[in-house]
Amino acid sequence: MYAFESYHRPQSLTDAVALLAANPFARPMAGGTDILVRLREGHKDYADIVDIHGLPELEGMSADRGELRIGSGTTFAALMTSSLATRLAPMLIEAAGWVAGPQIRNTATIGGNICNGSACADSAAPLLVLNAHLDLIGPEGQRLIPLRGFHLGPGRVERRPGEILRSVRIKSEQDQGLGTAYVKYSMRQAMDIATIGCGAGVRLRDDQSNGIVDELRLAFTVAAPTPVRCPTAEAAARGLPLSQAVKAVAEALDQDVSPRTSWRAAGDFRMHIIRTLAERMIRTAAKRFASSAANHQEARTC
Amino acid sequence: MSIGQPVTRLDAEAKVTGRARYTEDLLPAGVLSAVYIRGSVAHGRVLDMDLSAALALPGVEAVFTHADVPRLLYAPAGHPFSLDPDHADVADRLLLTGHVRFHGDEIGVVVARDELTAQRAASLVAVSYEELPVLTDPREAMAEEAFAIHPGGNIVKQDGFSVGGDVDALLAQADVVVEGEYQTPVTQHCHMEPVVAHAYMEDMERITVVTSTQIPHICRRVVGQALGLDWSRVRIVKPYVGGGFGAKQDVLLEPMVAFLAWKLGRPVRMALTREESMITRTRHAMRIRGRAGFARDGRLLAMNMDAVSNTGAYASHGHSVVSAGGGKLCSMYPHAAVRFHAATVYTNLPIAGAMRGYGSPQIIFACECLLDEAAKALDMDPLDLRRINAGRPGDVNPRSGKPIETHGLADCLRLGRERFGWDERRAAAQITQAAPEIRRGVGVACFSFNSGVYPVGVEISGIRLTLNQDGCVTLQAGATEIGQGADTVFAQMAAAVLDLPVTSLRVVSTQDTDVTPFDPGAFASRQTYVVGPAVKAASLELRARILNHAALMTGYPASALDLKAGSLVATRQPARVFMSLKELALDAYYHKNRGGQLTAERSVKTRSNAPSFGCTFVEVEVDIPLCRVRVTDMLNVHDCGVVINPITAKGQAQGGMAMAIGWALYEELLVDPRSGRVRNNNLLDYKMPTFLDLPDLDVAFVQTAEPSGGFGNKSLGEPPLLSPAPAIRSAVWNATGVKADFIPLTPKALFPLFRDAGLLEGAR
Repeated sequence: MYAFESYHRPQSLTDAVALLAANPFARPMAGGTDILVRLREGHKDYADIVDIHGLPELEGMSADRGELRIGSGTTFAALMTSSLATRLAPMLIEAAGWVAGPQIRNTATIGGNICNGSACADSAAPLLVLNAHLDLIGPEGQRLIPLRGFHLGPGRVERRPGEILRSVRIKSEQDQGLGTAYVKYSMRQAMDIATIGCGAGVRLRDDQSNGIVDELRLAFTVAAPTPVRCPTAEAAARGLPLSQAVKAVAEALDQDVSPRTSWRAAGDFRMHIIRTLAERMIRTAAKRFASSAANHQEARTC
Repeated sequence: MSIGQPVTRLDAEAKVTGRARYTEDLLPAGVLSAVYIRGSVAHGRVLDMDLSAALALPGVEAVFTHADVPRLLYAPAGHPFSLDPDHADVADRLLLTGHVRFHGDEIGVVVARDELTAQRAASLVAVSYEELPVLTDPREAMAEEAFAIHPGGNIVKQDGFSVGGDVDALLAQADVVVEGEYQTPVTQHCHMEPVVAHAYMEDMERITVVTSTQIPHICRRVVGQALGLDWSRVRIVKPYVGGGFGAKQDVLLEPMVAFLAWKLGRPVRMALTREESMITRTRHAMRIRGRAGFARDGRLLAMNMDAVSNTGAYASHGHSVVSAGGGKLCSMYPHAAVRFHAATVYTNLPIAGAMRGYGSPQIIFACECLLDEAAKALDMDPLDLRRINAGRPGDVNPRSGKPIETHGLADCLRLGRERFGWDERRAAAQITQAAPEIRRGVGVACFSFNSGVYPVGVEISGIRLTLNQDGCVTLQAGATEIGQGADTVFAQMAAAVLDLPVTSLRVVSTQDTDVTPFDPGAFASRQTYVVGPAVKAASLELRARILNHAALMTGYPASALDLKAGSLVATRQPARVFMSLKELALDAYYHKNRGGQLTAERSVKTRSNAPSFGCTFVEVEVDIPLCRVRVTDMLNVHDCGVVINPITAKGQAQGGMAMAIGWALYEELLVDPRSGRVRNNNLLDYKMPTFLDLPDLDVAFVQTAEPSGGFGNKSLGEPPLLSPAPAIRSAVWNATGVKADFIPLTPKALFPLFRDAGLLEGAR
């Protein structure tokens, strides 16, 4: 039993927006895998629910000129079995596999994962690395904004009153010219929240294993109050051979992250893990970049 | 012969199809829900409780506080009653308390039309406290000047024993003396079905409690004691149980739901949330100091152990736990002298009680860590060191003074060495042990355990068999199925003696203390061992009655008749079939002039206690920069006597091994030392391992034939959990050169050790 104050199940996105606009306390609920847990714990903030689960406007995935559009109601299970998403955003699929367990992935949505503002959202690091955009619709109309900057603090995002996230948009990894990698460091291999999540995207100037880093994008979860990109480390890596870039990143990371000490893990331990994961993910992403670049060359020579 | 056959569990299909009915599936119409009001300090006295808002909430039926309950102190521990008052469990509980002894202690209870209303009402009760000092560390609690959590002081009990020789003299003579101090965490059972019970009255006198318990007959007695009722005024019904692991070898909600049904005259249920279940009973954290002396050739001469066991806010099983752990150790390396001393201490932590292994996992952890210290000091293969010291059949257990008839430990080590590929893996792991990132290591550890509680407690078991009209036999046992497969092995035993297919046995899985034969229940890995003789005796008696009736029907003497494969045959010519058992049964029931319902009931006391043995071989991979240990392979080898059912035995072993990996690497209930509040009493923050965290778990058996077991069998319930943790700790030491004297070996705990050992270059 849940202590709902009000529960609405709109039949269209328009109705959902109207219901949210009418009640400033109402929250949209998609998969419910976070909200129902909080409601069970007795949080009053979640007592008024607008259930957007299954709204047809939020479903489905499509591609348009190399841009992947993922309906915010897409479950992680659907994402993982989508050949389209696997082709265009393999990094996101790699991260989706780390979300909880099969039952949760069958109901939790990518939209909920982003909009609940969690610092440990598994999809946040890949979406930050891939420079994803968010398509929101609200009482004042729609807008398209970058994900970077959307997270304001723990549990807080730049979602305006009455707004609903309609889709997430990502330019394909191939068009962005990136090799990517994501790993979640957690205390167990499933059914866990991240201690640290790390995603890297790398473009090298050539396909040598120690090639010059043309571009590095690095993102973490749980390394700061929100999921973060690492501008200082990214800048430090640019133009360096990979092995030097990795060292430069380790030096610069302090500027980009602020892991905290809690009973779950000490700050110095988290910082050590951040550095270790950064190195491993950058190397993996570079390796993938080099091997896919090699594949493309082979394809051209045939 | 059904013994040793891989019989499918009798309840497998009912459970996987969801047809099996558990306590909450049996709620009576009109049942009310009750929720505890819990203390929000770890230690304090309740000064005032304002119930007005709770009582005003629509749907609330009643609120009771500590002022409303019987002033009868009771002991909830699930032990058989003891005739010796000095051996009785510590009676330190009231149904509700005004002296809050841990964060979440039960100070009141709300009864309402539904659970949500009851929860809301409970949250509306304003409580004021006089706060008292919070003691979470047993060393502080043992101090002379420490605030007394209970009137008798904070030491529940302390005692010890010394057997097998003069320990001090032997330590002085030893070529090598090693020592260590080891710590184990507070952990929790995490049984799938939470703690649930409901109660109702069908007349003015008697209370029925339906509950998820391991110990229905003990539960009846304790409910009677807690409420001041004659024990037979209480009836306990135990349907299918979704796991207990010892948490339900304790009387939990039953006295409260009985009290509420009695007070209100209406059915009342309680179902603890996972968060509540996780602070209801735990495993004792222990700190164990040990010294052991060895001869140059590796012989263990003497071991001295001193254990402090943290039992939390109330005694529950109290001192029995650490005491049992020490006592069960002595049959493993029986040539050594052992001196053991232990103290059990109250603190303001949740209550520690019985949990799979019952003190042995902690004590064996310390013992096996000491052996690894010695292997290092003596530069010996840790497996060889154990082989040298393992007991042999006929050795005398220095603690009990009795010969150990079957001692398969040396054979377990031999079989495991081969099957696991110990020598090859150890050599292969060594090559990785200078690598900067990924290293491998191997470890081995042994255990000994018992097969019941005798002579510490009584061992009594009852079985009733009834021949049905269709020739099937109904079996009722006082011993309980709680998920471990007890019903199936009882059926196999009866089928073996009666020479019937197992499918001809109908086991009544529900225990109902009004009708079920007496047996204290599922604990101490006792049931297969002590129920076996009762099944055998009852089956032989039923068989004799069947043959007597066959004699009446055929005119031949019973001695000329035999029961074979479900038919009555001539003893000398088994091919000559007189009739089927069904034909005989119909005659016995319905012939107007002869026979009757053929039943047999036997209550048997077991006056032996065979030790069981085994060992764990493990390989780990350590990702040093990530401070993470992964178990890559694990083998348990068990001497549990004759294996009654190889499928369920293997499952039992694998379950214990998985639980032990959790204890060694993942799980601990974390308590804020200042507030006494448990931080992670939920299954997200309490890191029980998942399937992805476990390797393939290999299991092998060395089958001895234990003469005292009804069917040659010994214990297997708890043993699989006992030896993996020290083996894992040893393997991590082998892999990294870093020796941890504690568990769990979580990444955050290994980080400072690895850093200090210089393994994490660049880590600040």
